[in-house]
Amino acid sequence: MRKLFAVASALALSFLLIGCETVQPWQKGNLAKPDMAFGPDPLQTRFEEHTYFSKEGASGGMNVGGGGCGCN
Amino acid sequence: MVSRSFAIGLIVSALTVSISSATAQEVGSRAPSFDLPGTVKPVRFADFKGRVVYVDFWASWCAPCKQSFPWMNEMQAKYGPRGFSVVGINVDQKREDADKFLTGTPANFLVAYDTTGKVAEVYQPKGMPTSFLIGADGKVRAVHVGFKDSNREQLEREIQAALAAVRK
Repeated sequence: MRKLFAVASALALSFLLIGCETVQPWQKGNLAKPDMAFGPDPLQTRFEEHTYFSKEGASGGMNVGGGGCGCN
Repeated sequence: MVSRSFAIGLIVSALTVSISSATAQEVGSRAPSFDLPGTVKPVRFADFKGRVVYVDFWASWCAPCKQSFPWMNEMQAKYGPRGFSVVGINVDQKREDADKFLTGTPANFLVAYDTTGKVAEVYQPKGMPTSFLIGADGKVRAVHVGFKDSNREQLEREIQAALAAVRK
């Protein structure tokens, strides 16, 4: 009984993990809409992002940069 | 005993996950076939047999795609008579979005609509746009992600090499 429970919980856990799906590059249409941007002014947002990335030593991940071309 | 069953359960599900995720197209692999609705008539991969095909995945919301269109028009005009075809596969979920884009950015090459993303799922483009240069033998010769004006020359050289390989 306990064994069955263990298998069932492992399967349940993995099915939950399968539910976490990555948005594929070709599915980013909605994310690329202007409404999805953090700031209303694209140029200002770009400047702020640049400062942020420089400070953090990180890059990307803010939104769909350059239309999600993946080339940052 | 319990932890062993847990482990077996995890392995089984890990296998399931690995089967469900498709593998991307790589250089040298056989290009998967496709059959999609086009602007006028359906666009079928089989129709390009013996030709060098430049399959480009693009979307109306993608800025570099817009940049790539004039170049693709140029390549189609320049190398089309020598057995070269550009196929632009649009991945917008709504065809209207693509058509709106095309009125502002005309395409003088074949455009296919993959609204459900079924072909994109097989080819797995890593970004927008991604192009696959397919040789006359049906094998992927080059994969290119993104588009910048500085890429033009190298991409053209790849097309020339693919066409040269046909004549041999």
